[in-house]
Amino acid sequence: MATQAAFMPGAETKTQSVLWSWLTTVDHKRIGILYGSSAFILFLIGGIEALIMRLQLARPDNTLVGAQTFNELFTMHGTTMVFMAIMPMSAAFFNFMIPLMIGARDVAFPRLNALSYWIFLSGALFVNASWLFGVAPDGGWFGYANLSSAQFSPTHSIDFWMLGLQILGVSSMLAGFNFIVTIINMRAPGMTLMRMPVFIWMSLVTQFLLVLAFPAITVALILLMFDRFFGTLFYVPSAGGDPLLWQHLFWIFGHPEVYILILPAMGIVSEVLPTFARKPLFGAPVVIYSGIMIGFFGFGVWSHHMFAVGMGPVADSAFSIATMLIAVPTGVKILNWISTLWGGTIRFTTPLYFSLGFIAMFTMGGLSGVMHASPPVDLQQTDTYFVVAHFHYVLFGGSIFGLFSGAYYWWPKITGRLLDERLGKLHFWLMLIGFNVTFFPQHFLGLIGMPRRIYTYAPDLGWNFWNLVSTIGAFIIAVSFVIFIANVIRTARSGQVAGPDPWDARTLEWSIPSPPPVYNFARIPEVHGRDDFWATKYGDEHGGAPHPQPAPVTAAEIAAIHMPPTSYWPIVLAVGMMIMISGLMTSMYQIIAGGLFTLFCMYQFAVEYHRPPAAHGH
Amino acid sequence: MIKRLPSASSVRTAILLTGVLLLATSCGWSLWDNPMTTVRPRSDFGRWTDEIFMLISWTTLVIFIAVEGGLLYVCWRFRDRPGAPLPRQIHGHTVLEISWTIAFALVLLIIGIPTIKIIFKTQEAPAATDLHVEVAGKQWWWEFKYPQFNITTANELHLPVGQTAAFFLNAPDVIHSFWIPHLGGKRDVVPHRVNRLMMTPEVPGEYPGQCAEYCGMSHANMRFRVIVHPKGEFEQWVRAQQAPPAESNDPLAQQGKSLFAQSACVGCHTIAGVSAGQIGPNLTHFGGRKSLAANLMPNTPANVARWIENPDHMKPGARMPNLGMTGEQSQALAAYLLSLK
Repeated sequence: MATQAAFMPGAETKTQSVLWSWLTTVDHKRIGILYGSSAFILFLIGGIEALIMRLQLARPDNTLVGAQTFNELFTMHGTTMVFMAIMPMSAAFFNFMIPLMIGARDVAFPRLNALSYWIFLSGALFVNASWLFGVAPDGGWFGYANLSSAQFSPTHSIDFWMLGLQILGVSSMLAGFNFIVTIINMRAPGMTLMRMPVFIWMSLVTQFLLVLAFPAITVALILLMFDRFFGTLFYVPSAGGDPLLWQHLFWIFGHPEVYILILPAMGIVSEVLPTFARKPLFGAPVVIYSGIMIGFFGFGVWSHHMFAVGMGPVADSAFSIATMLIAVPTGVKILNWISTLWGGTIRFTTPLYFSLGFIAMFTMGGLSGVMHASPPVDLQQTDTYFVVAHFHYVLFGGSIFGLFSGAYYWWPKITGRLLDERLGKLHFWLMLIGFNVTFFPQHFLGLIGMPRRIYTYAPDLGWNFWNLVSTIGAFIIAVSFVIFIANVIRTARSGQVAGPDPWDARTLEWSIPSPPPVYNFARIPEVHGRDDFWATKYGDEHGGAPHPQPAPVTAAEIAAIHMPPTSYWPIVLAVGMMIMISGLMTSMYQIIAGGLFTLFCMYQFAVEYHRPPAAHGH
Repeated sequence: MIKRLPSASSVRTAILLTGVLLLATSCGWSLWDNPMTTVRPRSDFGRWTDEIFMLISWTTLVIFIAVEGGLLYVCWRFRDRPGAPLPRQIHGHTVLEISWTIAFALVLLIIGIPTIKIIFKTQEAPAATDLHVEVAGKQWWWEFKYPQFNITTANELHLPVGQTAAFFLNAPDVIHSFWIPHLGGKRDVVPHRVNRLMMTPEVPGEYPGQCAEYCGMSHANMRFRVIVHPKGEFEQWVRAQQAPPAESNDPLAQQGKSLFAQSACVGCHTIAGVSAGQIGPNLTHFGGRKSLAANLMPNTPANVARWIENPDHMKPGARMPNLGMTGEQSQALAAYLLSLK
C-alpha cells in the first residue's frame, strides 16, 4: 500500500500514520481503492478455488479432493465471486467514479460509505473464516432448503454462509441508498438526468435493484436463521413447511442479482466505446431505457430458475415469455454498441479490447440464455454444465471483461499512471483464449449429460476429453491474471504518467488532474449537455465552438472547500456488528455484548458531527 | 487480362473456415454418440424437446454469426488510420432503433409459440392405461415402485417400449432431480410433494440416469440405470420380480443368509420372506441387478463385499453404516445377496 499512498489523494495531516488514515478515511476515492483491492484479492481466492475444482475434474474418478471438499469449493467459489468479487469490484467503480462523473466532491454520506466498506470486509472475512474452522459452507451458493436445515446440515457450515450473507447484504443496502441519494442530489449544475453518463445511469439502476432485491434474500435468510437456531419450521416439509418457499425468495433476489452483476459492466462499456470510437454513444436514451427495462423485467422472471420444480404449464409459459422479453432490450443494447463503433475512428487500446471482448462474449451468453428461456429445453439443460457455460459467458465474459475494461480505462485516473499497453493486450488475448477454452467445451459437456456440482464422474460417459480441455483453459486464465498483476506492479513506479486526459475522453472525470485532488473539483463545473467535457474541447453537437478556458482556480477558492473529517466509528461499528452476529454460533452473552457495543457505536456515529468542529483537528 | 489470384489472407481465411467446420462437425458427432447425450432423443418427450432445441439453436446461430461477424467487420472497417479526421458525431437513428427492437420481438415469436405448445403438450394428465411408477429420490439412491404390479426395486428402472410411463416423484429427505437424458428433460423430486413426469420410450436399450439437483455429500454418486425392454420382455421382468427370490444351496450363500437375518441388515432392508426394513433399498431381487450402490460399479461379488465392509469409502457420507463385518462375513453376505435373482 505504501506505493499507492504516495500518489494517493486525501493524505491526511502528517501526524496520522498512513495505516490510520486509511482505516478512518471517508474519501470516496480511497474507499473505492479499498473496495477494488479487497475484491481483487477475494477474486483471486475464488479463482484458486475454481482451479482446484478444475484439477479434480480434469480426469474421471480423480481423488485430488474428496466429495466434502469439492462441495465446499463450489459453494465458496460461487458465493465469493458473486458477493465478494464482482459486486465489490463494481462498488469500487461506483465509489471512485460516480462523484467524479457527476461533478461532485464526495458521495452524499461519506461516513456511511466507509461503513459499507468495513461491513463488506467483515462479512467477507467472516464467511472465509469458516475455512479456518474446518466448516466451510457446503450447501451451494444458492443454499437450497431443506438441505440447509439443521437436520441435513448439522455443522456450522451453513451458519457461516447464512450470517455472512446477511452481513454482506447490510453493506450492499447502505451503499445502494448512499449512491441513489448521491446521484439524485449531488449532480453538478446543468447535469440533468438525461445528460448523465450512461455508466451513472446503469449504476443508478443497479442501486435500485440492490435496495429492492436484497430485502427478499434478507427475509429468506432470517427464516433460515429461525429454522436453524430457534426451531421454527418454515422450510421443513415434514412439518408442513415448504422448501420451495426458499427457492422463490432466493430467486426473487437472485435474478435481479444477475443484473446487479452485469449492469455496471454494461455502463463501463457504454463509456469506453464512445471514447475510443471518438463518437457519442449511439442512441444513448435507448441504451438508458433498455437498462431500466432490464432492471424492471429482472424482477418478473425469477421462476425461470425453477422450471424443473414442477410449477405447472401456466406458470412455465408466463415466466418463459417474460424471460424471452428481456432478450429484447439486451439485444438492442448490443446493436447500439456496435453502431457506436460504426463510422468512428477506432483506436485499439486495451480498455477497448476488453469492451469488444465483453460484447462478443456476452452475446454468446445471451444467446445460450435464450435457449433455456424455453422450459422444455431448460429441462434438459438446467443443472448441467451447459448452464455453467452459459452463466460464465455472462458473468465472466460479460461482467469480468467489462470490469477489466473499466480497470484499464480508469487506471490512469485512479493512479496517475497508465498500465502498460503491451502487457495489457497480452492479458486480454490470454484471458479471451483461456476463457473460451475453459467454458466453450462446457456447452458440449452439458449437452452430453454432465450434471453440475459433481465431484467425480465415471470414465465411460464421454466426458473425459472436454473436461481436460476445460481444465487447461482454466490455467490459461490464471496465467492471464498473473500478467495483469505483473503489469500493475511494473507500472506502479515506472508507468507512463497519464496527465488529466490520456484517452481524449468525453466525460467530466477527465477534466481534473490524475489522480484527482481530495476535493475532486476545485470549482464545481457547470454542465451544458451530454459529453460536456468533449464539447469543451471540440465544440458541442450543434457546431458550437469549444468553450473558452475558465479563469484559473485561486488558492483562496481551494482553501474555502470544506471536506468531511475522518472518522473511526465506521470500522468500529462494523467490528461490533460482527461480534454481535457471530454470537449466534457461540453464546447469547456474546450477542448481547456485541449488540450493546453496536448500539453504542451507532450512537457515537450519529452524534459525532454535533461536537464542535475543533475537536476533529481538521 | 490477368486472372486475379486469391490473396494470401483469403486463403488463410478459407483454411480457417474449413478447420472450424471440421471441428464443428466432429463436435456435433461427439455429442450424438454418448451414453448420457441429450441430443439423441429416445422418447416422445425427448423428441419434442429436441425439436425446440434445434429450432432455437439454428435461430441463435444465425443471430450469433450476424452479430459477431458485424462486430468484426465494424472493427476492421472503422479502425483508426493515421490522419483520419474526427468522425461525424452521430447520436442515434430512431427508425433504425425501432426496427431492430421489433425484429428482436419477432424472432422471439418464432421461438415462443412452439415453446408454449410443447409446454402444454408435455404436461397433460396421465391416463389409467399408462404405466405408473412411483419414484423416490433418497440420499443417495433411487427407489422405484410399480403400484400396478406391487413391485419395489432400487436403482434400476425397467420400462416397456411404446407404453407411456407416468412417473410420480417424491422424496423423503431433500430435493433431488430425476433425469434420464436420452428420454427427455428432468423433473425435481421435492419432499412432501408429488411431481409428475411423463414420457413414452421409443427405442429399447439401456440408458444411464443421474440425480441433477445438488442433494448433499454424495450427490455425484446418485446414479441409476434405465432398461427399456422390447415388447413382451417387460412382462417377463414383471413376473420375475413378483415371484419370490430364487435361492441357491451354495453353503456360502446359506451362511450369508443366516448372517443377514441375524444382523442389523434386516432393520433397513427388505428381502421378501426374510426381512421388512424400509430405510434402505429393497434387496429381494438384488442378484438380478447389473450394478451396485446407485449404479456406481458392476454388481460383482468382490464389489459387493467391498461395499458391505465400508460403504462410506465407495460413497462418501453413505447412510448405510459400517457394521464391522469381517472379510469372510462380507463375502458370505455378497454370495447370498447375489444369489437373489
